[in-house]
Amino acid sequence: MFGIYLKRELGRRKKAALVIALGLALGIALVITVNSVSAGMTQAQDKVLQSLYGLGTDMTVTKARTAPTSNSSGQPRFEFDAKSNDDDTEQSSDRVMTQGGQALKSSLVTKVADQKGVAAAVGALTLNVTKVDGSFTQGKAQSSTSGSGSGQGGPGGGQGSGSTAAPQVQGGGASFDVNSYSVAGVDVTNQDLGPLAGSKITSGTAFTSAQTNAKVAVVSKSYAKENKYKVGKTLKISGTKYKIIGIATPDSSDSTTDVYLPLKQAQTLADAKNQVTTIYVKATDSQQIDTVKATIQKNISGTTVTTSADLAETVSGSLSTASNLATSVGKWLSIAVLAAAFLVAALLTSSAVSRRVREFGTLKALGWPSRRVTRQVVGESIVNGLLGGALGIALGLGAAYAVTAISPKLTAELGSTGGGGGMGGGPGGGGPGQQSASNTMEIALSAPVSATTIALAVGLAVAGGLIAGAMGGWRASRMRPADALRSVS
Amino acid sequence: MYRLTGVTKRYSRGKETVEALRGIDLTIEDGDQLVIQGPTGGGKSTLLQMIGGLDRPTEGSVELDGVDLARISEAKLTRLRAEKIGIIFQSFNLIPTLTAQENVETALVPLGVKPAERRERAAEALRSVGLGERLGHAPSELSGGQQQRVAIARALVKKPKVLLADEPTGNLDEGTRDDIMALLEGLWHEYGLTFIMVTHDSSIARRAPRLATIKAGQITLTEQHAQNTYVPQGQGQGQGQGQQEPYAGHGTQQGYQAY
Repeated sequence: MFGIYLKRELGRRKKAALVIALGLALGIALVITVNSVSAGMTQAQDKVLQSLYGLGTDMTVTKARTAPTSNSSGQPRFEFDAKSNDDDTEQSSDRVMTQGGQALKSSLVTKVADQKGVAAAVGALTLNVTKVDGSFTQGKAQSSTSGSGSGQGGPGGGQGSGSTAAPQVQGGGASFDVNSYSVAGVDVTNQDLGPLAGSKITSGTAFTSAQTNAKVAVVSKSYAKENKYKVGKTLKISGTKYKIIGIATPDSSDSTTDVYLPLKQAQTLADAKNQVTTIYVKATDSQQIDTVKATIQKNISGTTVTTSADLAETVSGSLSTASNLATSVGKWLSIAVLAAAFLVAALLTSSAVSRRVREFGTLKALGWPSRRVTRQVVGESIVNGLLGGALGIALGLGAAYAVTAISPKLTAELGSTGGGGGMGGGPGGGGPGQQSASNTMEIALSAPVSATTIALAVGLAVAGGLIAGAMGGWRASRMRPADALRSVS
Repeated sequence: MYRLTGVTKRYSRGKETVEALRGIDLTIEDGDQLVIQGPTGGGKSTLLQMIGGLDRPTEGSVELDGVDLARISEAKLTRLRAEKIGIIFQSFNLIPTLTAQENVETALVPLGVKPAERRERAAEALRSVGLGERLGHAPSELSGGQQQRVAIARALVKKPKVLLADEPTGNLDEGTRDDIMALLEGLWHEYGLTFIMVTHDSSIARRAPRLATIKAGQITLTEQHAQNTYVPQGQGQGQGQGQQEPYAGHGTQQGYQAY
């Protein structure tokens, strides 16, 4: 009887049922959309952070920022030789600098790894290589007896003026290309953590653990494409040739490092023996990251520990704005719409009960206990809620699918805050708090819908039905059977 | 047996208090038929509510077989209504979304009767009032007289001790009225029910063996020695031809005459 009565009543009041279901559906769809977009934002942020960290890294340890000393200019210096007039041979000079100019001792890697709560620690040396290549032409000295003139010469040339017969230097000049790229020295014995962890080898092979000091290199896909590098070719850095053994494609959209070398090779290049710029740390428990951070900072002085949470705070741009919108405006909008939907459902159910005074009064007069009448009303409301839930889930999934299909592009700007933050291995620079340069990444937004979100939607649908049913049921239970007679007398 | 002693019912309407019943004393023996008549607002429906356990008196007691309906718990009163009291309403009060058979079944739901037995008993009750071929019809597909027959079947399907009717013919034309009255008379005789009916209709009241007139909350009883003489006019019948219809033409069989 319960099921038949319920089905017939919902069928009779289709419009009211539809209004209640649509109200709940709207609220639930909004919750699903906001939740899935928020999850998409989180994923996008994670991608941004992974591009800096590498997959699996919970925090990095870098040298604490110190004030620059007066005699360390830190500026790159290039030295070239002037050639004879007819010699236009290209000259090349590489300037290799550790990123940020400050490094930690390699021994600290072991020390960090020994800290409580640390599962693994890997050191990496990040270098900035500035390559200048081009040619010089020496100026020519010419004699002149009259008039005035000026001559320019290259280095070693001169400039003369006047009306004497002194020789003048004319012609000469220089043509240079300046190219800057980043190099990461990788601990080949543990590549699951560190700069290469966020990339996949899509061509060739990765480093083997035996190649601790081999003259081999892995090149990022974008850098290889730009410079037409292929597996098997050689790459020359500061006069040393490296054989390219693999092409790495980053999991996220942008590559943060152009060239990967075995750590020892990178240390040799930068004349930084037994030094690393960044220690990548994985915690044993992802819930204890803050504790591990505090432990490292306490036990190893002169270091800066940066977690993904610290780094996330430096993310700005449209990703950050959209993320804030999703978590603040979206959340409150969802709550407001849901509350309104619950209220409308409760009022409509209550109003429907009022219109059925005679019906419920009659049933009570026939001997139906109040709880049976209440159960009938609550049952109808829950079915209404579930109907709204199903509709809301369909709408929400549609909206989430649309967001994923459109994949709006969001930009994330990652910049050091100048307070010692920032991560080692940042794309193209951005050392451990040493530079204020920011990096912009473009991320496509998706809206993944998790099982938890669906469960939440079903829960909300049942809750909506229960709230509405409770209000209607309460009214129905208070109804006296005499009302059935009074309504007709 | 009913025994009403000093039954008083007061309603509050804002600051005003209305006394619907004033110290009613009344005894109704098992198997009696009592017709309650009186002007609108006189208190007849209120009295029926007290007798039916639908409301409680402000003062006094309403005893049914020694149980005071004014004192027992709500749960016990609800159970008593479900088991012992059948009620027929002026406006039929059928559930519009349920079929005739399902409407009759609603009276058996609180008694915990199993669905299959419920369906069978409801069908039998409908056949007994001449609606054997209308089991699956919704109330909107039935005439007024047929709807009241469904309501009668619903009241009787549980085999009650008491049948209460609140102006059962109030919404029916004269021909249908006589059909329904003939049916009710036949059922009263057949089942030996205690039959208490409220009516405005003086022609029905005149034929009641016992008449209670209520005016301004006070009752006057009249023993009439009247004879029931209802003759069915044939309305609302015929649908159940060929079915078991013990009361559909009961009036004719008993030789009841109109007036």
